[in-house]
Amino acid sequence: MQASDRFNINSQLEHLQAKYVGTGHADLTRFEWAVNIQRDSYASYIGHSPMLAYFSIAENESIGRERYNFMQKMLLPCGLPPERDED
Amino acid sequence: MYLYSLTLQRATGAVCAVIGSFSGRDSKKAAASGSSSTQEIAVARGSTLELLRPDPETGRLRTLLSVDVFGVIRSLAQFRLTGASKDYLVVGSDSGRLVILEYSPDRNRFDKVHQETFGKSGCRRIVPGQLLSVDPKGRALCIAALEKQKLVYVLNRDAAARLTISSPLEAHKSNTLTFSLTALDCGFDNPVFAAIELEYAESDRDPTGQAADQAQKHLTFYELDLGLNHVSRKASEPIDNGANLLVTVPGGADGPSGLLVCCDNFVLYRNQGHPEVRAVIPRRADLPAERGVLIVAAATHRQKSLFFFLLQTEYGDIFKADLEHNGDTVSELRIKYFDTIPVTSAICVLRSGFLFAASEFGDHALYQFRDIGRDVDVESSSATLMETEEGFQPVFFQPRALKNLFRIDEIESLMPIMDMRVANLFDEETPQVFTACGRGPRSTLRILKPGLAISEMARSMLPAEPIAVWTVKKNINDMFDAYIVVSFANVTLVLSIGETIEEVSDSQFLDTTHSLAVSLLGEDSLMQVHPNGIRHIREDGRVNEWRTPGKKTITKVGSNRLQVVIALSGGELIYFEMDMTGQLMEVEKQDMSGDVACLAIAPVPEGRQRSRFLAVGSYDNTIRILSLDPDDCLQPLSVQSVSSAPESLMFLEVQASVGGEDGADHPANLFLNAGLQNGVLFRTNVDMVTGQLSDTRSRFLGLRPPRLFPCIVSHRQAMLCLSSRPWLGYIHQGHFLLTPLSCDTLESAASFSSDQCSEGVVAVAGDALRIFTIERLGETFNETAIPLRYTPRKFVILPKKKYLAVIESDKGALSAEEREAAKKECLEASGAAENGNAKMENGDGLEEGYEENNTLPDEQYGYPKAESERWVSCIRILDPRSRDTTCLLELQDNEAAVSICTVNFHDKEHGTLLAVGTAKGLQFWPKRNLSAGFIHIYKFVDEGRSLELLHKTQVEEVPLALCQFQGRLLAGVGSVLRLYDLGKRKLLRKCENKLFPRTLVSIHTYRDRIYVGDMQESFHYCKYRRDENQLYIFADDSVPRWLTAANHIDFDTMAGADKFGNIYFARLPQDVSDEIEEDPTGGKIKWEQGKLNGAPNKVEEIVQFHVGDVVTCLQKASLIPGGGECLIYGTVMGSIGALLAFTSREDVDFFSHLEMHLRQEHPPLCGRDHMAYRSAYFPVKDVIDGDLCEQFPSLPADMQRKIADELDRTPGEILKKLEDIRNKII
Repeated sequence: MQASDRFNINSQLEHLQAKYVGTGHADLTRFEWAVNIQRDSYASYIGHSPMLAYFSIAENESIGRERYNFMQKMLLPCGLPPERDED
Repeated sequence: MYLYSLTLQRATGAVCAVIGSFSGRDSKKAAASGSSSTQEIAVARGSTLELLRPDPETGRLRTLLSVDVFGVIRSLAQFRLTGASKDYLVVGSDSGRLVILEYSPDRNRFDKVHQETFGKSGCRRIVPGQLLSVDPKGRALCIAALEKQKLVYVLNRDAAARLTISSPLEAHKSNTLTFSLTALDCGFDNPVFAAIELEYAESDRDPTGQAADQAQKHLTFYELDLGLNHVSRKASEPIDNGANLLVTVPGGADGPSGLLVCCDNFVLYRNQGHPEVRAVIPRRADLPAERGVLIVAAATHRQKSLFFFLLQTEYGDIFKADLEHNGDTVSELRIKYFDTIPVTSAICVLRSGFLFAASEFGDHALYQFRDIGRDVDVESSSATLMETEEGFQPVFFQPRALKNLFRIDEIESLMPIMDMRVANLFDEETPQVFTACGRGPRSTLRILKPGLAISEMARSMLPAEPIAVWTVKKNINDMFDAYIVVSFANVTLVLSIGETIEEVSDSQFLDTTHSLAVSLLGEDSLMQVHPNGIRHIREDGRVNEWRTPGKKTITKVGSNRLQVVIALSGGELIYFEMDMTGQLMEVEKQDMSGDVACLAIAPVPEGRQRSRFLAVGSYDNTIRILSLDPDDCLQPLSVQSVSSAPESLMFLEVQASVGGEDGADHPANLFLNAGLQNGVLFRTNVDMVTGQLSDTRSRFLGLRPPRLFPCIVSHRQAMLCLSSRPWLGYIHQGHFLLTPLSCDTLESAASFSSDQCSEGVVAVAGDALRIFTIERLGETFNETAIPLRYTPRKFVILPKKKYLAVIESDKGALSAEEREAAKKECLEASGAAENGNAKMENGDGLEEGYEENNTLPDEQYGYPKAESERWVSCIRILDPRSRDTTCLLELQDNEAAVSICTVNFHDKEHGTLLAVGTAKGLQFWPKRNLSAGFIHIYKFVDEGRSLELLHKTQVEEVPLALCQFQGRLLAGVGSVLRLYDLGKRKLLRKCENKLFPRTLVSIHTYRDRIYVGDMQESFHYCKYRRDENQLYIFADDSVPRWLTAANHIDFDTMAGADKFGNIYFARLPQDVSDEIEEDPTGGKIKWEQGKLNGAPNKVEEIVQFHVGDVVTCLQKASLIPGGGECLIYGTVMGSIGALLAFTSREDVDFFSHLEMHLRQEHPPLCGRDHMAYRSAYFPVKDVIDGDLCEQFPSLPADMQRKIADELDRTPGEILKKLEDIRNKII
């Protein structure tokens, strides 16, 4: 990479996208955005133990089960992705 | 408005716990004696880190250290460098940093050894901190995020044997979730870490769902090549899709190495290049078929030639897993039912034969092993695993009474606090805090009282009302006291302490008069001071008696081991000293100007002949310090005037301390304490050389003048102050604390030490002699628990009778009758099975087991699980004084109570009624759904002890909020605010407003304003126009807030707390408020419209503070008599805190500067920036963190001085300020 490229806005953005999961781009779909938000939310729920406890009281499950459920939901947090238009 | 935030009770729940020899204590001694070194347990409780040590003799857990780290602790791990004798603690937190701590037992603190920054702060998806694992040989550690990132650090030591840490090695993998991480035990080969991973990239792209169906979890091995300093992804093997937890299997010489993979319903043994060994986890017989069994906590026990695992399921059952292995080949995995204890978030097995269970909700416990599960029990094995067409064949078992474990101690935990009220229902001096805590069958209503709990050892009645009590030893070297001397109005009673306590007459004490003082004098002689003289009883039985001259009598006495001062009526002081021969000699006389109110002599300093200070309190409101040195005997050194005549004086010597387990660094100090007649305790520092008094503090203790008595608490001098209630002044972890005791008024007290009770107190009150010990030092509250049936949701205090009405509900549980039936059925079944067994083995023990089976407490075993859409619920009326439940209504038909309030309808026909909102068939997923909501109206019968249903009104949504308003009932039904009036057969709709965004969760009213809290959208301020019968929203908040608690502060202000752990105050600007109040027709509000469907006016958030814990209840209350009101909150993690409004600008400046300096000079332990933490969601505004300020006394003395200089004060003044503000709250 040339020195001038490093300050190019596109390459900076690419760098961010590579480094931080969930950095958006101009063509981000509604679905991708939502999936990302949901995964972030679940990760936050798991990270903040009082919140995890709060959920598990509501669901009357053990905290361990609730954590596992949230982890599992990170796979497909918003259901199946929509069909793509082939253009 | 500026607030001071102070945590009154630190979080009591536990997130994770690890065991290790953090102090490294006794390791040399232990090595010599062959036993292992002491082990401590490090427990993370939200944002506090605690170190507990089990006492192997008493079997109790003691808190060594508790430190607030101002960050979220998410994971803990312990490791030891090879050959070292001490463990380090690694903390994974939300700071984006890896922190390694070392416990320093000498100074009783954690020292930060390393702090490595690797990412952004906060609990983020790809920033490591959630998962943490250390190589068993302490050579490397891996810290991972839930997604993508894994960092490996190499641990080593330098030439000076200090721990070094490398720069991180990356083992990232994009689009991959990590479920669990652990290190393999592979001896001294290259360290290997294993992780359960799931890749999602494919399923995100595939709209057909095929990829998602086929998504496969992998067990991935990462090898750290120590030679190349490189981490490689060595192998990745598909694994059961239910995998959630990894447990290391001992390797090297001890075992086969590899891993236990805990999955939904199964446990697998896996290793690289080893075939999978699978065993099924036994299921409870009553578990619905669609529910899985998940392991939530695991512990490994290792002995020399033996290791096994304890795995706890989400239902609380513990299984013992062990492996049959030959070298590195595992042939069989056996899972045997071990015992059932409440579900934990972590279990730790100690080498000393204890098991620490950190419960996820409710009290934690320490168990002792009675056996390690060698008996025959339900067992599943990989060898007998049966696979049929429907899958693997399950193994069933019935939980039974504890067989292998035995509970020996409990640590109270309030987690979760569901609701809280502060009220003085017992008509005591201070209000009580009523908290509804716990979950399911372990729910309790706990009554917290500020102060220390006492446990009474003995109480005996005396013939008359005594006025004073003393204890004396016969010899200074004796361990225990010899006599208790009780003085009545004109006689003295002597009791000797032995096996029993009984009256004796051979003690030589004069018993025909009352006594003024009784003490040990010199090495081995006793002294009794009575109004007419001093009686000196020598060790050999000789008695010397000094008589008062003329008709004068002795009024007051002050003495220590070698010096005695008496005050005669008229105000003459006579000073005696003990000479070399053990004779008490008169040294000096002095006439005071008036009668002496009280006297005290400081204790004899170590290695000295005499103490230099005598304190004399006079009725002219002064306290004088007189010298006792021979050259200026009884000459005044200093004078202090006080607000009222002193009643009692006491010197308290604080010995120099260099930290250690129960103290912080501080030099020796002498404090003069005075109880004044206006009920104030006055405390001042006495200069050890000049006798000058400085740094005075005073505190109101109660209505009676405090009388001061010395006592011993944890081997240190402490002080009992007896006012209208007793207080204890003592030093705990370096702080001087003055805490009330939870017992009635005492007349006189003395320390008590005997064979049975090494550190007690003997006291007289009324005509009783009581002996008690003081428990759980350092705690703010002591609690009494009343068990409840289901998770308490809310409760109200019924104003007239002072009863409590509690609503309880549980999701996914069977109703009481079904439970009874199921229990009976399974008992019969298991009874038959046991009888079958009994024939084979000897019957007696099993018969007994059968009897025990009959009383399996639900608190231990949990309620049997039902389908998740089933609800059980009850309404309870409770008398908190007698702790009796006077009425318990179990709701039928899948109804769950969700809200409660008392209401007085304006027609007054029924008086006070109870309104309860319920939901029938409530479901949360995938969307909130219910078959119907109801509002029940109950009438009180039987003098408020019982309830009778008046009627029940169906509503279309969940009625989550109810409130009385102008003789009617306001209900928040889903997103509708509705006003109801009482009808004959149901409630009558009067008026409603449907303009609220989501769901109403709180309603407060004041005059004609209604403050409504929305579940997601913060507060809405409404007004009710009676003449038009309409409700308008005139103001709302511009910030979305997921409200969990709300409280009304003043006409324009509401306090709220959101789900993310923030507390905020919303205030309507003054001009807007005035405008609304001055609009007589209401036309303006009615037609005014806001933008974007919002209200026309916006409230301002004037206070922001991140507590770091979900606040579930808020209340404005005062915890001390005559104290200002503060906002008390309770949280899910079981902590109680207070926010106090500052009253002067000067204080605000002082504390904000102190906070600023502490942020700079004393950054939080786990690497989170304090300001950033308190501003985690919203920038902190106008709140000063008292918890940080209170860390000031734990700083090294030079840093204290430095900060104090910057603030233009002395460290003493800062400590006094901190103490003062704390005393305003509690």
